[in-house]
Amino acid sequence: MNVFDVMGPIMVGPSSSHTAGAVKIGYTARKLMREEIKEAKIYLHGSFLLTGKGHGTDKALIAGLLGMMPDDERIPNSFSYAKESGLEYEFEGIELRDAHPNSVMLKLVGIQGNKMEIIASSIGGSSIVINQIDGVEADITAAYPTLIIRNIDQPGHVSMVTSLLSKYGINIATMKIQRNKRGGNAVMIIECDQEVPSELLVLLSNAEGVKKVTYVNAVEA
Amino acid sequence: MSFRSLAEILNKCKKEDKPFWRVVLEDDMEERLVTEETEEESFEKMKQLYMAMKGADIAYEEGLSSTSGLVGGDGARMGRALSEGKTLAGPFMGEVMSKALKMGESNACMKKIVAAPTGGACGVIPAVLLTYEEQFGAFLQQMIEAMYVAAGIGQVIAVRAFISGAAGGCQAEIGSASAMAAGALAYLNGGDGECITHAAAMSLKNLMGLACDTVAGLVEIPCVKRNVGGAVVAISSADMAVAGIRSQIPPDEVIDAMREVGESLPRTLRETGEGGLAATPRGIEIKNKLMS
Repeated sequence: MNVFDVMGPIMVGPSSSHTAGAVKIGYTARKLMREEIKEAKIYLHGSFLLTGKGHGTDKALIAGLLGMMPDDERIPNSFSYAKESGLEYEFEGIELRDAHPNSVMLKLVGIQGNKMEIIASSIGGSSIVINQIDGVEADITAAYPTLIIRNIDQPGHVSMVTSLLSKYGINIATMKIQRNKRGGNAVMIIECDQEVPSELLVLLSNAEGVKKVTYVNAVEA
Repeated sequence: MSFRSLAEILNKCKKEDKPFWRVVLEDDMEERLVTEETEEESFEKMKQLYMAMKGADIAYEEGLSSTSGLVGGDGARMGRALSEGKTLAGPFMGEVMSKALKMGESNACMKKIVAAPTGGACGVIPAVLLTYEEQFGAFLQQMIEAMYVAAGIGQVIAVRAFISGAAGGCQAEIGSASAMAAGALAYLNGGDGECITHAAAMSLKNLMGLACDTVAGLVEIPCVKRNVGGAVVAISSADMAVAGIRSQIPPDEVIDAMREVGESLPRTLRETGEGGLAATPRGIEIKNKLMS
């Protein structure tokens, strides 16, 4: 807890969890896609679904997907901006198992054709967590530059990734490694102290055993 | 912040012979290991928040109402009554009430505000600080110092109890904002550390047990009007503290009591929209209408 957790943030109201947090979720999802979004199917869960309209959660999510931040005064009119920029969207309700009351599933298609499915929650204040990316547990707050590397579970891949990072002077703040079964699909979730340059992302993507690299820069409050 | 109690802050004030706001500022910089950011930069950041509060106050639109249609125009109504000499509250308190309503309404209408500590309670601190600056001619420097006083109090409450309605009821949001505002006002009015912490304690005491019973789950009814309560209680608490009145229960114990009460509040009174005002016949009627 620091002074600026209690004072601030500057945000478009009314709710730091249902509005500002929702904008952050949309914004982080867009950053994860690394391209503009063409289509968004948005499934609201729990309190997001029940009180979302009054809190502007729907407008907030679209605003974030368009690249707006929580204090952007265009948020209340995000639907018009979406129309202008060609973002097609649809809202539905959903019941997500074991999810936080302020959760949402986003099925996104980018302008270059990339697809991504994200489950995220707004956990209070304007803090958010990206719970799942494409079905894989992630638990990312995007407070740090974060790498998600999908690879085959074999010896050598983890050390290859960490030595590449070290070669580029990138310090690892936290690291989680998971797999669905031995020798199956594994995922590394690495929070870094420094931003990861694009050329390193390319190197990582092309490395042996790596199936997919997703990256998001730190998203400020 | 490393402080877990208001008493710790006061001890540091005494030991290092520094005012409350400075102890909060310096500890925060140490806590965040802010070596690259200078004190000026931290101060500048806090100033931006204060200026955003000012901007939000100026940007109030009388004709606006929230998407639900339930909220809007009351801040202006209050201001008009004040200028027409209809109120019992004097010029200071009357203006504080008007500003608190305006900010609460702006929040509900999706305008830009500063969460302090939350969106729902965003009217309390600006109401007292902006009015104080306007009517007592304080320097901007002092106002930012007052922001640090408020923030220091808020952090201890956040660490020792809670600052969200869902966790601890409205006493944790409006109550906390009121305690923060009371401490800030006591500071501006010449109070020392002890005066500041007792002002905060007396605010919390007056709002102990306040439930979070938002109608239709929106940050509108009764949130907007509760910002007035929070601001007015802050004025009374600061005045009592400056008059030399002290809380018999030590401030940190009051915070702990708030936590205990919050934990004892039934779920229906903790931002679930299921109890209190939310469960009144009109409250349910409003909810059903909005859901359809």
